[in-house]
Amino acid sequence: MKEIIIAVVLVGGIGLAAGIVLALAGHFFAVKTDETVKKLREALPGANCGGCGYSGCDGYAQAVKEGASCSLCGPGGAETAEKLAEIMGVKAEKCEKRAAVVMCRGTSEVTHTRFQYEGINSCRAAASLAGGSGSCSYGCLGYGDCVRVCDSGGIRVVDKVARVDTSLCIACGKCVSACPRRLISLLPVNAAVPMCMSCDSGADTRKACKNGCIGCMKCVKICPESAVKVENFHAVIDHDKCVRCGLCAEACPLGVIYIRGART
Amino acid sequence: MSNILAILVSAILSDNYVLAKFLGICPFLGVSKKLDSAVGMSVAVTFVMLIATAATWPIQMYLLNPNGLDYLQTIVFILVIASLVQLVETFLKKFIPPLHKALGIYLPLITTNCAVLGVAILNVEEYPDNFLAALVNSLGAGMGFLLAMVIFAGIRSKVERANVPDFLKGLPVTLVSAAITSLAFMGFQGMGG
Repeated sequence: MKEIIIAVVLVGGIGLAAGIVLALAGHFFAVKTDETVKKLREALPGANCGGCGYSGCDGYAQAVKEGASCSLCGPGGAETAEKLAEIMGVKAEKCEKRAAVVMCRGTSEVTHTRFQYEGINSCRAAASLAGGSGSCSYGCLGYGDCVRVCDSGGIRVVDKVARVDTSLCIACGKCVSACPRRLISLLPVNAAVPMCMSCDSGADTRKACKNGCIGCMKCVKICPESAVKVENFHAVIDHDKCVRCGLCAEACPLGVIYIRGART
Repeated sequence: MSNILAILVSAILSDNYVLAKFLGICPFLGVSKKLDSAVGMSVAVTFVMLIATAATWPIQMYLLNPNGLDYLQTIVFILVIASLVQLVETFLKKFIPPLHKALGIYLPLITTNCAVLGVAILNVEEYPDNFLAALVNSLGAGMGFLLAMVIFAGIRSKVERANVPDFLKGLPVTLVSAAITSLAFMGFQGMGG
């Protein structure tokens, strides 16, 4: 009986002592966590994707407290931006749901191959070998570097060209930096997008790909907001000026420009 | 003095806690993907091993042994180590925030690390009459852990780039390379006594 009591008292005593020390430590060494940061953190989706440019959701919550923009969260979109703005007591900035888009339509039907590539199954490797095996040296390589970095399964390679599913894309931006040809951008889901980045002249582009932008300037002339320009032989749209009237998409003879959401 | 040095060297190399005694395999496989997190984890483990020995050795010698309560060793040690880690975490958070940020998630993980408990228990068994030797042994154990983690993080970053057959990808090839690393450390057997 005596042994049992000693054992109970000893273990109980150590436990009690540890508990008291911890309680005292918790009381005296308490670090005040900012209530606002905590609320901001709770409003964020917690994907920890790093798309906002900060080290995960904790980092972004801290940054918002210190004055960063409320609308940087891709996965949360407009809803989260509003919540953050409400907590911070500011008006939500204009914020549209964004999603990645691959600016190329060079499927195997409209392009041809210059040689048989049998190297490593990666865009980066393929692009470094004589400018890729495809006829267009600016288009999608189709080896899926973007697919491999995507955590949300929102991007797939269909017929040698990567395609984004806007309903799955969380706009984290990982694919943007994974693409060796810089073909992917994060754009609003209803934006007008020129689907070609070829810097070849019109004639050369035409030879390489039937879907390429030849820089005919029709979109530039028709745009009422002068949001479209042709730079390096392909159309470029200024999304701050663009009002999404769709005139450029109608005017384009090759269907290079399209309004997202209008068709897939 | 030479005795102390021998204890240190043997704890690091020939009796390496990870590669010779096979304790703490979980963080060894889990946190060794990147070099900086491997180093962070190892530093935290070394630190906790030291303070755990410093706390558990006197408890064993002055509380448990005189009362004939050796059989409570495991449960008391777990209790003490867990609360000690918690205390250290609160302390670091308050006074050394950068270190707390660097060790971050590793500290709570260590609470349940068997290498820490193993060091505490082996110390009271091997050095029941020499507190200093026990402390040196736990320091050596921590440094051995660091050595194993750093070596293995390097090996893994090489393996990552290698062309591994599909059926070995991921954990299998990691376990194979862990086994080979462990074999290499067997070469130290007999050194340091």
